[in-house]
Amino acid sequence: MKDDSIRKLDKTKLPAWDETPLGWALLSEGSDDFKTGGWRSQHPVLDPEKCTSCLFCWIYCPDSAIRVKDGKMAGFDDSLCKGCGICSTECPQGAVKMAEGAGALQGGGVKK
Amino acid sequence: MKLLTRKVVGLTGDGAAAEAMRQIDPDVVAAYPITPQTEIVEKFAEYVAEGLVNTEFICVESEHSAISACCGSSAAGARTMTATSSQGLALMHEMLYIAAANRLPIVMINVNRALSAPLNIHNDQSDTFGSRDAGWIQLYCESVQEVYDTTIQGIRIAEHPEVQLPVMVCLDGFILSHSMERLELLSDAEVKDFIGEFKPRTNLLDLAKPITLGAAAMPEYYFEHRFAQSHALDRALERVAAVDREFGTKFGRSYNIVEAYQIDDAEIAVITLGSLAGTTRFIVDRLREEGIRAGSLKIKLFRPFPIEAVAAALKNVKAAAVLEKAISPGAPGPALFSDVLGALYHQGVKVSLISYIAGLGGRDVPPKSITRIYNHLQQIAETGRIDRILNYLDLRGWQ
Repeated sequence: MKDDSIRKLDKTKLPAWDETPLGWALLSEGSDDFKTGGWRSQHPVLDPEKCTSCLFCWIYCPDSAIRVKDGKMAGFDDSLCKGCGICSTECPQGAVKMAEGAGALQGGGVKK
Repeated sequence: MKLLTRKVVGLTGDGAAAEAMRQIDPDVVAAYPITPQTEIVEKFAEYVAEGLVNTEFICVESEHSAISACCGSSAAGARTMTATSSQGLALMHEMLYIAAANRLPIVMINVNRALSAPLNIHNDQSDTFGSRDAGWIQLYCESVQEVYDTTIQGIRIAEHPEVQLPVMVCLDGFILSHSMERLELLSDAEVKDFIGEFKPRTNLLDLAKPITLGAAAMPEYYFEHRFAQSHALDRALERVAAVDREFGTKFGRSYNIVEAYQIDDAEIAVITLGSLAGTTRFIVDRLREEGIRAGSLKIKLFRPFPIEAVAAALKNVKAAAVLEKAISPGAPGPALFSDVLGALYHQGVKVSLISYIAGLGGRDVPPKSITRIYNHLQQIAETGRIDRILNYLDLRGWQ
């Protein structure tokens, strides 16, 4: 080990074996680096009229796909949402419905 | 004479392990009882109940949970120990790899017992040999004193900044775990001083410095990570030897990673580990009285395997046998034999090497049977011809 400390992974280049963090302990905050958006075969659609921004979806999302702005639910992250539908199942207001296909969540997946 | 002032007691292998654990006073112990390890957990639970240790003792519902709790507590920055045996170790299997790969310095006492089926509670080494690729350091003990000393050394080895790997201290079920021996104890202060304060590398509970441990590593990262882990285990060999030397300097007892006996001018030798090493040494003495140039080699450190030390010890030997209590169905030879063979090949040392499997499921390996191995080796040394590579000691119906 050149450096045995825990490091943030340098994503600009792939590390050699002696540059990997000891025990794969990472300073990054979670799975944001793994872009799972391409796995999606269904996509969530948010009904803003029903949403109370309780953020159950944010808590339950196994990725980091729920966008939050000023403490309010602000749609879904296209690169991370894998279409599992947990947000839809857990939403107490029934404000998230799943729709067929990968969809395009660039607009945040909010129903217009 | 400093040593004469030591406290001398009679303890079983399990009792000695529990006493070492009391003196180590780990932050967390998560363990599940299983024969023949039960007395360790029982005794340690008593110490907890009596307030003799500050340990958080976690009663779990299985060995899988025991080692899982250990992984969590170690990652959270707690000095962590556990103990198990046989089926318990098998149930821990997937978590063993995770403990090593996440570089968690857990110390485990494993009391070697045969694996089912058929159900058997007695000694052989098939349990820990089955875990040999998990990435743990594995140390095998010959005596109750060695169990006590190795447990204390294990903490220092695991937690060394250059090691940061889990350590398994292995002792033979019943032969050591339930046999009472004379034992010299260190004082609590000496143990505390030797192991030092635990300086954890990771602390999952430090919310000011959050880290992710146990993240996925996709194909572009995984290989490098696993090599780094394997490299660390190889490098740990020096550290194991250094901790043992320091222990020897301070307390007058040291074991080395391998222990050669009468091997310098030996023509024939038996290589073994654990409690069999003592019986083998006894036979060497007898054969030497008859003028037979016999020697023996005890392997204390099984992982990382001491390739150079094993080959160097055997370099002048004509014929040698690896005597082990485990079977590797379908393999070219059993585990220890294959490793010794590999070590000789690595170092370019030519020895006529044969394998003897013995003592499975706790079958006794008496001196007269070990003598037969030496007789077989004499024949090979004289003729220069190996009649049979794989041999089974005292197996009915096998000739």
